[in-house]
Amino acid sequence: MPETILFYLFAAIAVVASTLVIGQRNPMYSIMLLIVSFGALSALYIQLDAPFVAMAQIIVYAGAIMVLFLFVVMLLNAAQEDAAEWDRRHPLRRTGISRFGALLAGLLVVQLVWALIRATDSATAVGASGDAATISSVRAVGRVLFTDYMFAFEATSILILVGMVGAVVLAARETSQ
Amino acid sequence: MIPLGHYLILSAVLFAIGTAGVFLRKNLITILLSIEIMLNAVNLTFVAFGRAQGTVDGQIITFFVMTVAAAEAAVGLALVIALYRHRESLNPDAFTSLKW
Repeated sequence: MPETILFYLFAAIAVVASTLVIGQRNPMYSIMLLIVSFGALSALYIQLDAPFVAMAQIIVYAGAIMVLFLFVVMLLNAAQEDAAEWDRRHPLRRTGISRFGALLAGLLVVQLVWALIRATDSATAVGASGDAATISSVRAVGRVLFTDYMFAFEATSILILVGMVGAVVLAARETSQ
Repeated sequence: MIPLGHYLILSAVLFAIGTAGVFLRKNLITILLSIEIMLNAVNLTFVAFGRAQGTVDGQIITFFVMTVAAAEAAVGLALVIALYRHRESLNPDAFTSLKW
């Protein structure tokens, strides 16, 4: 029973924080709220016997990616959304089309929940249990990662390298030729 | 014990919140944050399914998704900085022309 309460508590935190992320006008507050949402998701990963993913969530997402976002927000010094001028001029940004987008997002929730409720085996219980020793250990994750997923792991390093070079090239100032 | 469906419904709600953010917001940084919300919703699905199946593959796919998210954030934010230098704006509607 306590784990059910904890699940609903952290699920509520994640949903409320994510909703507030897209409701803030100041990107700085959005980033802080997204870190809260990532923390709640990390707690859910611990409930799912995935401590490696939970720690990676905190270290990689909250620690690295969000700090990158914070740096960019502070670098650009763009605390407010400057929508007013382009709002009036661009035909795609009328309120009707925005409402249509919100309607589509709501429709997506209804569709997904409907499909999930009709799914047959969605009542399978998951969560922390006694026989979790083989699944929860980081050793098991590492063993599979470095044997079955060896090629994908190495390809990841190429991806990171390309991403790093791309970021440097894109963000570099044009030097006077 | 929590049914698998609850995790999937939570993931669907988070994904829809991210979709709504991409549709509704006019700030490039907030749009990138919404994409991160969507990636996290998918991660939760992977881990929940992996736990239900009793394998670690879900966690490993989550690891790869996190790597791609890190690369995407770095390149996306570099693009945002480059665009901001040209137009002094973060509004996607300011970048409608291919060349200026």
